[in-house]
Amino acid sequence: MVQGIVTAPALEEVALQVPEMPPILPPGSDNGDPPGWQPPRREPVVSNAVLGMLMFLAFETMFFAGLLGAFLVFRLSSTSWPPPGEPYLPIGVTWFNTGILVASAYSMRRAHRAIRDGSQAGLVHGLGLTALLGTTFLAVQGSEWIRLAHHGLTLQSGTYGATFYTLIGCHGVHVLAAVLWLATVWVLAARGWFSREWHGGIQLCKMYWMFVVGLWLVLFPSVYLM
Amino acid sequence: MADPAVMTAGPAVHVHHELGFWRTYIFSTDHKMIGRQFLFLGLFMLIVGGALAMLMRWQLAWPETAVPGFGWVPEPYMVEGIIPPNTYNSLFTMHATIMIFFAVMPIMIGCFGNFLIPLMIGARDMAFPVLNMVSFWSGLLGGLVMLAGFFVPGGHAAGGWTAYAPLTAKAIYTGVDWGQNLWNISLIILGVSSMMGSINYITTVVNMRAPGMTWFRLPLVIWSLFITAILLLLALPVLTSALAMLLFDRNLGTHFFLPEGGGEPLLWQHLFWFFGHPEVYVLVLPAMGVTSDVLSTFSRKPIFGYRAMAFSMIAIAFLSWIVWGHHMFISGMNPLLGTAFMLSTMVIAVPSAIKTFNWLGTLWGGSIRFATPMLFALAFVSNFVIGGLSGIFMASTPVDIFIHDTYYIVAHFHYVVAGIIFAMFAAIYYWFPKIFGRKLNETLGKLHFWPTFIFFNGVFFPMHILGVGGMMRRIYNPLQYEFLQPLQPINVFITANAFLLGLVQILFVVNFVWSLIAGKPSERNPWQANTLEWAAPSPPPHGNWGEALPVVHGGPYEYSVPGMAEDYLPQNQSRRPSPTLAKRHGPSGGQVTA
Ligand code: HEM
Ligand SMILES: [Cu+2]
Repeated sequence: MVQGIVTAPALEEVALQVPEMPPILPPGSDNGDPPGWQPPRREPVVSNAVLGMLMFLAFETMFFAGLLGAFLVFRLSSTSWPPPGEPYLPIGVTWFNTGILVASAYSMRRAHRAIRDGSQAGLVHGLGLTALLGTTFLAVQGSEWIRLAHHGLTLQSGTYGATFYTLIGCHGVHVLAAVLWLATVWVLAARGWFSREWHGGIQLCKMYWMFVVGLWLVLFPSVYLM
Repeated sequence: MADPAVMTAGPAVHVHHELGFWRTYIFSTDHKMIGRQFLFLGLFMLIVGGALAMLMRWQLAWPETAVPGFGWVPEPYMVEGIIPPNTYNSLFTMHATIMIFFAVMPIMIGCFGNFLIPLMIGARDMAFPVLNMVSFWSGLLGGLVMLAGFFVPGGHAAGGWTAYAPLTAKAIYTGVDWGQNLWNISLIILGVSSMMGSINYITTVVNMRAPGMTWFRLPLVIWSLFITAILLLLALPVLTSALAMLLFDRNLGTHFFLPEGGGEPLLWQHLFWFFGHPEVYVLVLPAMGVTSDVLSTFSRKPIFGYRAMAFSMIAIAFLSWIVWGHHMFISGMNPLLGTAFMLSTMVIAVPSAIKTFNWLGTLWGGSIRFATPMLFALAFVSNFVIGGLSGIFMASTPVDIFIHDTYYIVAHFHYVVAGIIFAMFAAIYYWFPKIFGRKLNETLGKLHFWPTFIFFNGVFFPMHILGVGGMMRRIYNPLQYEFLQPLQPINVFITANAFLLGLVQILFVVNFVWSLIAGKPSERNPWQANTLEWAAPSPPPHGNWGEALPVVHGGPYEYSVPGMAEDYLPQNQSRRPSPTLAKRHGPSGGQVTA
C-alpha cells in the first residue's frame, strides 16, 4: 500500500479503520485513486530551462509592446511623419541590415542542427557566422545613428526622435546582449563543450536569438516603413 | 521544443549536505529560507508604510498642528513637527508604493509563493533555485533604493503611487528631483526581481508537481499563485517600459508625456493602468487562495465548487486586461469607450462574486472551528464583499464621475487592498507552525483579531461618507473648504481608530517574536489539514521530503468524508480498496462525479 511519505502511526490507523463501504463524497469532489495505483511517471512536455526561457521571452514581448504602443500612439495620431524638418530614416541600408539579421537566423538554425547531428565543427562555424552577422547589424545601425544625429535627429527631437531612439535602441541593446551570449557560447563550443546529447545551452541561445530577429521583423515595418 | 537533450531533471538534491551559515541564512537557495527572507522584508516595510499612514491621519484630523514627538525632524521634511504640504504629498505617495510593492507583494507572493509552492505540489525546491535567490536580493535592492529616496534633497516622490505625468515628468513641477528618479529606478529593479520570481513559480507548478498531483488536485492557493505569476509576468513589463520612458523624460529631455514637446500625458495613464488593474488582482488573488484553503480547513468541509473557483480565477485573469479604462472615466474618453469599460468592469465582478458565494457555500453546514486563521479569513471575506460592492457603484460611469478622486475611492480600495492584510494574517497564523516549527499563541491571536477587525472598519467605513460628502482624495487640509468643515469630526473619528488599529498590532509583533523564540513546538499537522505541506516535518528540512517524494492520491479538500474515522484525508494518503472506484478510474486518475 502506498503511503506517500507520511508514516506517522496516526495515519496508518486511519487507513485501517476505514469500513468496507464506498465513500460518498459530495458531488464534484475528487474521489482519489484506488490503492495500489501508481501514477505514471510523466516526463515534462517542455524542460524547465525551455519553459523558463519562454516565460522570459513573454516578459520581453510585453516590455516591447509597451514601447511599441507608445510609438503607435504618436505615429497614428500625426499627419506627417517624419514631422516637418526632421530627417527621413535610412530605408535602403536598413533593408540590407534586415537581410543580414534574417540570414543570421538561418545560420543560427544551422548551428543548432549541426550539433543535433553531432557535428562540432558545424556548430562552431554556425555560431561564429551568426555572431559575425549580428555584429555587422550593430555596426551598420551604429553608423546610421551617427549619420542621423548629424542630421539633427536626437532624443530631444519631439516624439519622432524619442520613440525612434528608445524603441530601436532598446532592440539594439538586446541584440548586443544576444551577441555577447553568442560569443560566450561560441568560445565554449570551440572548446568542445557541447555534444549531440548535451546542448541545451545552444537551444536557449537560439531561442533568444530568434526572438531578437523576430522582434526586428515587427519593428522594422512599424518604424521604418509605415 | 521538446528536444530530449535539454530535458533536465529537477535540481540535484543534497539532503544530507551541511551548509555553512552564509549559505543557509543569507545567500540561501532554499525556497523556504527565501520565503522567510521575503516575510521579514515585507513585515518591516509594513511597519514603515503603516507609520507613514499614521502621520497622514494626524494631519487630516488636526491639520497643520505639530505631530507630538516629531519636533526633531529637520526642515524641509517637517517644520517644528508640522507636516508641510510637500511632505504630505510624499507621505501618501510612499505609503501606497511601499504597501503595494514592498509589503503586500513580498509577503503574499514572495513569502507564501516561495514557501508554499514546492511544499504543496510535492517538489523539493523551485525549478531555478539560484534565480530565486537573485530574485530576493534584487527585490531587497529595490527596497533599499526606494528607502534611499527619503534622504535625497527635494524629498521623496510626491506624485502619487500612480505617478501621473506630466506632474512627475519634470522636476520643477513638484520640486522633487532625485526622489522621483529613485522611485522609478526602484520599481524597474523590482520588476526584474518579480520577473525572476514569476518564471520560477510558473515553471515549478507546470513541471515539478509530485506524482499524482494533477491540475485539479492543486490547492486553490497554488492555483491563485500560479495565475498571479502569469499576470505579473505579463503586466509588470508594461509598467517597466512606461517607467523607462518617464525616466527619459525627466533626465534625457524626451517628451513622451510632456505636451510641450508633442507628448501625451494620457499615454502614461493608459500604460500605468494597463499594468495597474492586473496589478490589483495580483495583490488580491493570493489572498483569495489563502482564504479558500483556510475556510475549507476550518469548516471541515470540502471547498464549495472547486472547479468554479479555479475557473473564476482564470476568468479574472483574462478580464483584468480589458477593464483598465475604469480608472480614467474622467479623462475625457469617448463615451462609447467609457461604456465599454463600464460593462467589462461589471463583468469582472461576476467571477469575484462566484468566489464569494462559494466561500459562503463552504461555510454553510460546516463544523466551523473559530481558530485565529479562520477569524482573519472570515474578515477578509466580509471586507471583500464591502469593497467589491463599492466597486460596482464606481464602475458605473455616471456615478464615478461624481465620486472619482474622493474618499469613496479611498474606502473602496482599502476594503479590497488593505483588506488583503486580513488574508495575510490568516496565512501567517495558519502557516507559521510550518514556516518556523512553532505555533503562534492562540489567545493573543484572538486578542489581536477582534480589535483589528473593529478598528479597521472604524477607519475605512466612514470614508464612504466623506467621499459622498465631497472630500477629495490626496487633499492636504480639508478644512480649507467650508463645505468640508462639518465633516471634520468624521476625520477625527477615523484618525482615532487608525491610531488604535496601529496600536493593537503590537500584540501581533509580541506574539510573533515571542513565538519565534519560545512558542510551543508544532507537530506536523497542527490543524488536521489535507494539503501536502503538512506531511513534511515542521519546519521541513532541506529538500523537504527525505528520501522519497510524496505520491498524491486525491484532492486537497476532502474533509469529513462519510464513513472515515477522521474528518480529514491527507492528499498523500492512499484511499481504501474499492472495486467500483478502481473500475471507474482511468489511468490518469480522472474525476468521479456522484
Ligand atoms: C469587484 C470588482 C471591482 C470593481 C467593479 C472595481 C472597480 C473599480 C473602479 C471603477 C475604480 C476606479 C474608481 C475611480 O478612480 O474613480 C477602482 C479603483 C481601485 N480599485 Fe477596484 N474594483 C474591483 C475590485 C478591486 C480589487 C479586488 C482590488 C484590489 C485588490 C481593487 C483595487 C482598486 C484600487 C487600488 C483602486 C484605486 C486606484 C487608484 O486610483 O489609486 N479593486 N475600482
Ligand atoms: Cu481597476
